[in-house]
Amino acid sequence: MNMLTEAPPHSPNSLSSAGLAVEVRGLTRQYGPNSVLRGLDLVIRPGEFVALLGRSGSGKSTLLRTLAGLDPAPPGTLVAPAALGVVFQEPRLLPWKRVWKNVVLGLRLPDARPRAEAALREVGLSHRLNAWPLTLSGGEAQRAALARALVREPALLLLDEPFAALDALTRLRMQDLVLDLWRAHLPAVLLVTHDVDEALTLADRVLMLEDGKIALELPVSMPRPRRHESAVFGELRRELLSALGVVV
Amino acid sequence: MSASATLAAKLPRAKGFSLPRALFLVRRAAFPLAILAVWQAAASFGFTSPQTMPAPSLIVSSFWNLIVTGQLWPNLLTSLTRVIVGLTAGVTVGTALGLAAGLSRLGEDMIDPSVQMARTLPHLALIPLMILWFGIGETPKLVIIALGASFPIYLNLYSAIRGADRKLLEAGAVLGLSRAETIWNVVLPAALPGFLVGLRQALGIAWISLVVAEQINADSGIGYLVMNARDFLQTDVIFDGLLVYAALGLLTDRLVRSLEIHLLAWRPALLDRVGVLG
Repeated sequence: MNMLTEAPPHSPNSLSSAGLAVEVRGLTRQYGPNSVLRGLDLVIRPGEFVALLGRSGSGKSTLLRTLAGLDPAPPGTLVAPAALGVVFQEPRLLPWKRVWKNVVLGLRLPDARPRAEAALREVGLSHRLNAWPLTLSGGEAQRAALARALVREPALLLLDEPFAALDALTRLRMQDLVLDLWRAHLPAVLLVTHDVDEALTLADRVLMLEDGKIALELPVSMPRPRRHESAVFGELRRELLSALGVVV
Repeated sequence: MSASATLAAKLPRAKGFSLPRALFLVRRAAFPLAILAVWQAAASFGFTSPQTMPAPSLIVSSFWNLIVTGQLWPNLLTSLTRVIVGLTAGVTVGTALGLAAGLSRLGEDMIDPSVQMARTLPHLALIPLMILWFGIGETPKLVIIALGASFPIYLNLYSAIRGADRKLLEAGAVLGLSRAETIWNVVLPAALPGFLVGLRQALGIAWISLVVAEQINADSGIGYLVMNARDFLQTDVIFDGLLVYAALGLLTDRLVRSLEIHLLAWRPALLDRVGVLG
């Protein structure tokens, strides 16, 4: 599988984040006796859409949590922008704040309301500005979470299996929405997913995490919108699935 | 704000007549009304004595008598004042301790073990001590009410703060909230439902404490009326006192409920429940 690995864009010996959105060098994370990440290297260019695949327990979420600053990283192993947005698998909206207040939570700007309106319009939720979060459907809540991540104009958008809890139809719509938003704002994106098709539909580059390292790196150069039926798509899907240990 | 507007839209107005609603009320009232009728009949035909079980009609007329002779209001006011003062003190202390223990490790270590130990002691057992310490005036009554009310407030608030959803706390951290902002926007609103449960329990305990405290050396208050009536075998007045206690308990419980509806308008479960019962 290593023959697929592309040479990294550059290989500095130490961290030099010039021109990069994310740079991780030799990141190791341990919980008790088990190390979850072992000397992981990862580079994401500004505006690049990267999908991260891996079996459960492969350290995907740990990597994302470290990038988000929720888990500490050893000094000198990580450079990530301060302006980042995170969307989790659950929307994680505060149920006691109306949708628009959730979107601008923590935003220290005077024109919060118009910003919230604009962000919610962008995700197609202008009609639910004043709704209570618990009255939203799963898809609506996740769109609100996207608006909350994007209203800060992040240089890096971290998506932690954001569509995993949605029904198939809603998931497809949300994938389109994420693509539209990515094109409009051009943040670097790291999408953690276990869905091979989703990774291939969205990303410029698909990474596979195994044993705490990037085991596979697959550039996806198909033009968007990508059709699942196309031959190239099928070829890439087979490669990824067999790398994940699924016999096809 | 529009919070109450949404709620008002969901609440069917009780004033308009509707057949299902009327039938519902009849169904619910049938059993208590039947008991009253049997009771009245038994008393009227002389099966029960007025000294043990006075007729409902007699209870009503003696209640009216309490009102017109001006005995009810001052005593009611006294009892109400005791509960309000004692409860306010208890809620204040319980809230302060709950916040301190819930929001800081130091506070938790210093406060929680002692409170958890103290709460196993029935607070009414302290009445003899209270009388020794504070005499037989208002102070021991207020202290007993405050003491009883502070425990449920503390316990519920503390565990509600500690039980705040870790996922929401993480979301707050990712959004760059400061510690103060996190407490204000995430922790305290998350703890509010638990606090209100504590408030409801505190109210119940405050009334119980009042009843017990007023039966000892009281020279005013509803409890005094009842004790007095016992000495003169005015069983009907004892029933009047019970009615007043029940009404006050119901009323204050209603107050907390409307507080809940107002403060927790974001909970769809609450919206649904109001819709079903309204």
